[in-house]
Amino acid sequence: MRQLDRKLGMLSSLPMVIILLIAFLVPVVVVALFSIMPPKVFSLANTPDFSAYTVFFSQGYYKSLLWSLGMAFASTAILIIVCWPLAYGMAKVFGRFTLVLTIAVVMSLFVSENIRLFGWVLTLMKGGLIEGHLRAWTGVGFDSPLYGVPSIIFGLVYVYLPFMLFPLAQGIAMVPDDARQAAADLGATRWQVLTQIDIPLAAPGIVVGSLLSFVLAAGAVAESKILGGQAVIAIADDVETAFTFGQNWPLGSALSMILILIIGGLALLGVSRIDLDAIMGRER
Amino acid sequence: MTDAALLRLRGVVKNFGDFTALHGINLDIQEGEFFTIVGPSGSGKSTLIRLLVGMDDISAGKIMLRDQRIDQMPANFRPTCMVFQSLALFPHMTVGQNIEFPLKLRKELPVERRERALELLDLLRLPQSFYDKRISQCSGGEKQRVALARALAFDPEILFFDEPLSALDYRLRKALEKELKDLHARTGKTFVYITHSLEEAMVMSDRIAIMKDGKIEQIAAADEIYSAPVSRFVAEFMGEVNLFEVTSLDGTSLQSNSLTIAKGITQSTFSVGDKGLLMVRPEDVQFAEGNDSFDYMLKGKIHAEFALGSRIQYEVEADGKILTVETLREGRIQDPEGMQVTLGFNAAKTHLIGDT
Repeated sequence: MRQLDRKLGMLSSLPMVIILLIAFLVPVVVVALFSIMPPKVFSLANTPDFSAYTVFFSQGYYKSLLWSLGMAFASTAILIIVCWPLAYGMAKVFGRFTLVLTIAVVMSLFVSENIRLFGWVLTLMKGGLIEGHLRAWTGVGFDSPLYGVPSIIFGLVYVYLPFMLFPLAQGIAMVPDDARQAAADLGATRWQVLTQIDIPLAAPGIVVGSLLSFVLAAGAVAESKILGGQAVIAIADDVETAFTFGQNWPLGSALSMILILIIGGLALLGVSRIDLDAIMGRER
Repeated sequence: MTDAALLRLRGVVKNFGDFTALHGINLDIQEGEFFTIVGPSGSGKSTLIRLLVGMDDISAGKIMLRDQRIDQMPANFRPTCMVFQSLALFPHMTVGQNIEFPLKLRKELPVERRERALELLDLLRLPQSFYDKRISQCSGGEKQRVALARALAFDPEILFFDEPLSALDYRLRKALEKELKDLHARTGKTFVYITHSLEEAMVMSDRIAIMKDGKIEQIAAADEIYSAPVSRFVAEFMGEVNLFEVTSLDGTSLQSNSLTIAKGITQSTFSVGDKGLLMVRPEDVQFAEGNDSFDYMLKGKIHAEFALGSRIQYEVEADGKILTVETLREGRIQDPEGMQVTLGFNAAKTHLIGDT
């Protein structure tokens, strides 16, 4: 029976495995091969050198990478704090209202990210929705908060909120109420219940939400372009420039590979630490 | 006696919106006793225990622990502790970490915590190797013991139990009932236990309170509740029972359908026309043979037979109703169905209940 289950499972996963091989693994292999080609070639039939990787260090591309990773880290940390109360409410308090909230958050995804970000530009820019009205009514204006690192991080938090919120709510829903009550009964304060019961038991949700928002934020480009006015350059922006404007595929490939390896490593580390079966609602 | 009570409840009321779950509960629990609250589901016993441990707020009344009001105190400040129906063990911690949890909250040193946890494993008869086991590796009975050890580590003034044995299979439940009683004797702690199972209550408790519809029907020692229930509800809740609806004829004798009861049992204040219930337990009714003499005798016909293991139960049509008779296995009747029999019982084995 177990044997049969196993075979059926493998067969069922076959279509997905084939799609992943063709649509995901093959492009990654091509990019990996291009990354070791000499500069500005458009064919894999060249002698490999690793010049593109030395450019990463010599021409300061590592700064873009550090900015991207740093901003992704900051936005993920902010997202955990911002989403926790909301996710807790969705999982334990709101009841039927949770559905309304879910639909509202999902609806925001129906509008293109760029359009939503430009909406924020119109809201926040000098003479925009907020500053413009304030100046018209009171005569006192203020400098636009746009075009800096904080506004980019704000954009990342805003855009990737759903990717943190839903896994987190799922994680918190897995914390049994009686475990929380038992901890309080045994003398735990609210803070102790949070740190010793809620957070450890919701860990799968926290890890999944963090991975999703971190990975997406690290590869994001629109926020730094639109809200950041390119105050800092994101690594994904460098990759795009190398492939298009720079016509340097090996450089773009090398930058991509570095990002893929770092993010892939973090993702594996995160997933290995948690019980994915638990969050999928399966008993072990 | 009430002065020495450890826990005192006075007029405790709990409302959920328009619904009143508890109607003014008065209760005194003595230090060191094993007190059980029994009732069917919906009787309010779970609501009551949630108020006692501080998981819900009372609507009116007072709860006093050693003459100090605790009803407004949050659960984490109360010196009491509960073993949950689900046990509520922390799945992300080892057995040892679970037991040490209350000690860790009090910032006790790791060495002392470990020592206490190992002592408690010994007390609960679990091997010390369990200290590093994961909760998911423990069996149902082992989890019970871990939950108990964790509650004892807290060193509560009163240990509450919310039907912790109800999810276990029959044999394990029986074994743990005895163990719990033994643990009560060894620790000398005050145990307050709630259950819907009369059997569980009878095995373990010093005193029992029977609850119905948010009120306490009777509080007494197990034996007394069994032999002298105050109402039809308690009589029927405490196992199989035969009840004769009786009317007082003249203050000294009572009349049911076919039975006139005169001897000795009408000591209570019945006036003419008052109604009551005469109770006799199935094991106190016997089949009369030959010259056997009983205070009361009835003719009837055996309707059905059930083998209960060590005993046999018969349903007998008599006095216009079905009576239950229980005998030991030796007294089994061959081919009983439809047989005409005479039933007999003695006045000393009966009990008169005032209300109907």
